[in-house]
Amino acid sequence: MGRITLEKVQKKFGEVEVIPPLDLTIEDGEFVVFVGPSGCGKSTLLRLIAGLEDVTGGEIRIDGQPATNLPPAKRGLAMVFQSYALYPHMSVRKNIAFPLKMANMPVEEQNRRIETAAKALNLTDYLDRRPGQLSGGQRQRVAIGRAIVREPSAFLFDEPLSNLDAALRVGMRLEISELHKKLETTMIYVTHDQVEAMTMADKIVVLRAGHIEQVGTPLELYHTPRNLFVAGFIGSPKMNIIGGETAARHDAMHIGIRPEHMDIVESGGSFVGKVGVAEHLGSDTFFHVHLAEMDEPMTVRATGEVGLRYGDTIHLTPQADKIHRFDKKGLRIA
Amino acid sequence: MARAISPRKKLMWTALAWGFGLLIFFPILWTFLTSFKAESTAISDPPVWFFFDWTVQNYHDVLERSNYPLALMNSIIIAVGSTLLGIVIAVPAAWAMAFVPGDRTKDVLLWMLSTKMLPAVGVLYPLVLIAKYFGVMDSRLLLVVVLMLINLPIIVWMLYTYFREIPGEILEASRMDGASLKNEILYVLTPMALPGIASTILLNVILAWNEAFWTILLTTVDAAPLTKFIASFSAPEGLFYAKLSAASIMAIAPILIMGWFSQKQLVRGLTFGAVK
Amino acid sequence: MATEHSKSAARIMIAPAVFLLLVWMLIPLCMTLYFSFADYRPMRGVFDAWIGFDNYVRFVSSSSFLSSVGTTLWMVGGILAITITGGILLALLLDQPMFGQGIVRILVIAPFFVMPTVSALVWKNMFFNVDNGLFSYFYKFFGMQPYDFLSQSPLLSIVIIVAWQWLPFATLIMLTAVQSLSSEQLEAAEIDGAPPLARFWYIILPHLSRAITVVILIQTIFLLSIFAEIFVTTNGAFGTRTLTYLVYQRVLESQNIGLGSAGGIVAVILANIIAIFLMRIVGKNIDN
Repeated sequence: MGRITLEKVQKKFGEVEVIPPLDLTIEDGEFVVFVGPSGCGKSTLLRLIAGLEDVTGGEIRIDGQPATNLPPAKRGLAMVFQSYALYPHMSVRKNIAFPLKMANMPVEEQNRRIETAAKALNLTDYLDRRPGQLSGGQRQRVAIGRAIVREPSAFLFDEPLSNLDAALRVGMRLEISELHKKLETTMIYVTHDQVEAMTMADKIVVLRAGHIEQVGTPLELYHTPRNLFVAGFIGSPKMNIIGGETAARHDAMHIGIRPEHMDIVESGGSFVGKVGVAEHLGSDTFFHVHLAEMDEPMTVRATGEVGLRYGDTIHLTPQADKIHRFDKKGLRIA
Repeated sequence: MARAISPRKKLMWTALAWGFGLLIFFPILWTFLTSFKAESTAISDPPVWFFFDWTVQNYHDVLERSNYPLALMNSIIIAVGSTLLGIVIAVPAAWAMAFVPGDRTKDVLLWMLSTKMLPAVGVLYPLVLIAKYFGVMDSRLLLVVVLMLINLPIIVWMLYTYFREIPGEILEASRMDGASLKNEILYVLTPMALPGIASTILLNVILAWNEAFWTILLTTVDAAPLTKFIASFSAPEGLFYAKLSAASIMAIAPILIMGWFSQKQLVRGLTFGAVK
Repeated sequence: MATEHSKSAARIMIAPAVFLLLVWMLIPLCMTLYFSFADYRPMRGVFDAWIGFDNYVRFVSSSSFLSSVGTTLWMVGGILAITITGGILLALLLDQPMFGQGIVRILVIAPFFVMPTVSALVWKNMFFNVDNGLFSYFYKFFGMQPYDFLSQSPLLSIVIIVAWQWLPFATLIMLTAVQSLSSEQLEAAEIDGAPPLARFWYIILPHLSRAITVVILIQTIFLLSIFAEIFVTTNGAFGTRTLTYLVYQRVLESQNIGLGSAGGIVAVILANIIAIFLMRIVGKNIDN
């Protein structure tokens, strides 16, 4: 079906090692998200799995079969690209049919699959149009349609939503998640947006400079980030990281407190500061609080409306069991 | 944001631009008019502009001179032949450079362009010698090959810039979709690059048609294209302005029309992309 | 985006073009280099394979070389001056709002597509000719003595012909460059109180500098090898013998292959100096 294993997979461009030897197993039917800042090697990793790049070392297996030296066409994977990569000179129907035509599938079977995919993706009315006549969201669906008709053993998504506007992105996110629930096929999804990762993934792989920083379910990463990088990357707004004496009092090099785990108290809290800019989202309010002991303002979430104004003095206390502690190397102290 | 332009100003610019435009175009217009005059009218003093007995006699005369149709045929064969041959050789090279760039791709491309800058006189005699050795002096084959070689860098360059505009992801998508290299080039790259390939052909036919160093020096009669044929008017006898004009108009008309279609590609092809 | 498989395919695909151009460049050039060190005059049956740098010394020290370099410089310089100034002015003019812009553009571009022998002959006979040329008629109309352009100012005549052919090229490139200038920049300058001339001098001209450089370099390369226009008008007489034409005469007319080849090599070196500058600009552009 779609179990993909990477064993000591390594990639160098010339002398530059983009991905140091790396092990990873993706179980059949899993929705795995590779997430990390730009340049972390997540797209390269995806392209190695796709076969669009050669590995420098190591072994890739798909369903136990060695696939390291197979050309992309023979791996049984389908990919959805960031730019959608639709064939501009072909109609939607021909775009979707292209992989089937390349596989010499009988025309009746081709048509049957195209109709099914088009219906599932609401593309039936657009089959005879060219990609240029479609909206961004529709193009995205054509790209997905082209991927699903092949019934691949796994889908690869390379930042598929980054060209869509914010509203559409939320909608497509849901559609892709629904698709995964329906097809139960392995999906590997690359993004730099941790919100996408958190909302869609069964399993998140956080990458930095080609290294896997942590693998886990979204909530594992949220509750027990393995190190400072993951702590800062996952969660929105970002976790507040505090060093110096304050951290030392907790026997740590740094401590991290998420904005939502900081309580505003009447007086005498752990921290005293001045209220800076407030962002009112209606349901929540995020305050930027300037503290004497920190250069950066601290972010604090308050539920609902709070009668604090710019320049007011504020007292804060973190929820004791939600303080993350990190050692000198930036690793989590259990 | 466009601002409203006063009609007076616009009329003034229009008059000025049309004035200069017609001034620059005038030699061609004058040649065109003269080609329909009788020889005696062509040199009449004062010159006549539009009101004369229009005649196509000159075109008949020129076409009946046995050499003209031959020269026309030679021009077509040489220009089209060298361009198509160049395309066949350049498409694979441009594909490789655009989609599988390596460390040396840029150097190779620049080196190719640099061969275009080699002054022709630097290799004139060896070429004459080689042509004579193979017995191909004054043959269409020789001209097709030579003009293909001098235009090959431009053809490769133009195709390269067109191919580079095609997102690599689309070709990768076709690879993921199971297309072989042959199918990738046949079903995906070529249809997408068709406008670019057509413009490249157009511009290079024009360049080859107007080439006037090798075509003059490597031909005598058999393979002489229009450039050489027209040059033979430089030492004429008797009245010939009208016939010269008719021959000239026939030599430049097809290219003028093609050229008007290829204005945009002209900038791209001849500046090697340095001006956008 | 490359795998080993596609890299090896790429090498095969690129090989024919590289091979052909390599052969085309190296074999004749090596032959010319070889002849340039030989005393080779086939008409007189002279062949001495090695005479050192004699040909170079003779070619470079001859008065015809110096005068040909002077002629070349005047010709190229004159044509560049006319086409660049004219090109900028025409580009600015064509960029103005007007009726029938497309047609004017077509009229202006037309001369570029006229084959060199045609334009040379048309100008020589129908405009410059002292008896029947249109210019003579204008001179007479204004009560002046007709002027024999080709024998009295042959160099100027050729400059006019070639400048007419290349003006469209310069105009087209300048127009492309002018149109890429954002109108917001100009509007900002206008708001800052810059009068039209200042806007031209401080904003438009600097923006065009790159295009101007490119036009100079590319035209120079093409203009250095002007041939047909001289061939059909003066045949190199009356001080119109450029370096290219001199080499042509030495090689094909007087059949002094050794001397001509030395001249050819000199021309190649001179052209390469200009080509290096052009390549730098083009090379920078490939990266982005």
